[in-house]
Amino acid sequence: MLTILFDGVAYGMLLFLLASGLAVTLGLMNFVNLAHGAFAMAGGYLTAVLSNRMGVPFLACLPLAFLFSAALGAVLEPTLYRRLYRRPHLDQVLFSIGLVFMTVAAVDYYFGSTQQFVRIPEFLKQRFEIAGMGIGAYRLFIIVVCGLLALLMQAVLSRTRFGSRLRAAVDDPPVASGLGIDVNRIFLVTFAFGSGLAGLGGALGAEILGLDPTFPLKFMIYFLIVVAVGGTTTITGPLLASLLLGIADVAGKYYVPKLGAFIIYSVMIAILMLRPQGLFARAGGK
Amino acid sequence: MTRESAAAVPAVLPQAIVRGPRFRLWELALWLAALLSWFVLPRQAPMLNEMAILALFAVSLDLILGYAGIVSLGHAAFFGTGAYVAALFAKHVMPDPLAGLAVAAAAAALLGLATSVLVLRGSDLTRLMVTLGIALILYELANRFDNITGGADGLQGVVMAPLFGRFAFDMGGRVAYLYTLTVLFLLFLIARRIVHSPFGFGLRAIRDNPRRASAIGIASNVRVAAVYTLAATYAGIAGALLAQTTGFASLDVYDFHRSADVLLVLVIGGVGWLYGGLIGAVLFTLMHDVLAGITPQYWQFWIGLLLVILVLVGRERISRAAGRLLPARRHASNGNPHP
Repeated sequence: MLTILFDGVAYGMLLFLLASGLAVTLGLMNFVNLAHGAFAMAGGYLTAVLSNRMGVPFLACLPLAFLFSAALGAVLEPTLYRRLYRRPHLDQVLFSIGLVFMTVAAVDYYFGSTQQFVRIPEFLKQRFEIAGMGIGAYRLFIIVVCGLLALLMQAVLSRTRFGSRLRAAVDDPPVASGLGIDVNRIFLVTFAFGSGLAGLGGALGAEILGLDPTFPLKFMIYFLIVVAVGGTTTITGPLLASLLLGIADVAGKYYVPKLGAFIIYSVMIAILMLRPQGLFARAGGK
Repeated sequence: MTRESAAAVPAVLPQAIVRGPRFRLWELALWLAALLSWFVLPRQAPMLNEMAILALFAVSLDLILGYAGIVSLGHAAFFGTGAYVAALFAKHVMPDPLAGLAVAAAAAALLGLATSVLVLRGSDLTRLMVTLGIALILYELANRFDNITGGADGLQGVVMAPLFGRFAFDMGGRVAYLYTLTVLFLLFLIARRIVHSPFGFGLRAIRDNPRRASAIGIASNVRVAAVYTLAATYAGIAGALLAQTTGFASLDVYDFHRSADVLLVLVIGGVGWLYGGLIGAVLFTLMHDVLAGITPQYWQFWIGLLLVILVLVGRERISRAAGRLLPARRHASNGNPHP
């Protein structure tokens, strides 16, 4: 029972890491980016290639995965994404679905459709037990890493100048740019950072979530749930939503294996009906 | 281009309503060509049949996306329900195709009516998630109750009785194609009449500016719910046609790629006019055929590339260029009304 809770928390933390970049894209520029999972997959595949084929140690792969996906985001944002901010949501949906289709087929072409395995170091494979709760070292590692990153993000958002600029840009882009804030540049940096986090999430999650070319499609709905239920105005909203989703998903798969996904989607629809702006939306936000 | 500005200039509307939709020469030519294809291309009947089903599915999506402005990522929910109901009905109750079609349409309409409540509220993102969620839920249900649906293996052994008790479905699919084409034509006529009626103009008003529409006394919720139900019925019929003419239904009918494909079909043909679905279906099926012939496994890549290019170049620009070729083409803004 406690083990399920623990695994659920680890899974939720992972989802948070993967989806937090999407929260920024949706919250800041109101861009429906269905291709967010593609950045995560890029990080995962980079890790798989580096650690399995070139023998780079797993821990060294993680920052590389972050940088790789961040660089990808930094290239795509000004060239492709920025043109579509002011366009209708339909265009954004079509564009990002197109990107997903392309990455799925391209990855399939280069790496094959089979699942990729990432070799994790021995010391992360241990299991130990505390007060009757079975704990996998790897999941503990994920919780620690994601928890630290969440704290870091919260600190950056609330304590730094960049954070206050970002919040200003989220709340009202025209006024923010009127005050001399370079909204475009802030968004570029944030988009790249969000993509990087997704890449890191993909690398960390390859072991737990599984990594194959359909990754962006399989987890698209999960990222969207996190963002839509958690709201886009805070860090805590998506974090709580991811934890909720992670625990519910793990518990659902354990107790009612065939109806787990069904329950999650139904709950999502119910929540969206009751709170269209998300469970944790800030009052007075847009 | 007075026609193009019709949506923007209210003074033109009453006249257009009174006159009603008039059949133009190119429209007649298009339908004649479809009929002619039955005589000229007997070997291609299965592909043409698929085309006609996809066209009906796209017309159905156009009703809610093009005319009511609802972005749906889960239109396969209704398609799949129609397919399963038609297949199960034929297998367990009665093999008559027309009765099956009616039952499947009724089932999809009920589902549409029940879920229309869910798309009335919220932003585009909420609607996107809700429609996607409904399709996923149905997929999971079909997967869960695999003793009824056959699960991943599909529902096999669906045998249809001859049409009107006389015309048996043949292996070459020619009867099937004529059947589908007739249904498509009749439903298209109905849809055409509806979108040119005051009801249809009201829908477009809601799409373009919901607040102004309700300010001039258009009951938005009722109209959106009505057109959503209608679109669900159409999608259900399209699914039923697929199940009946192929004698098969599997989990694939609820799959996400169906919802995405039909969106692409509509975008290729043009959103916001009914012929967009037809033209898109023809182009998409041909393209699929050619691409799958070249790279059977990776044709999705080219579909994706096409989507990206379409969006970056600008759908409006492309449809405007097409509009010059077809003078009667009704131009529509696909924009999401920002209140």
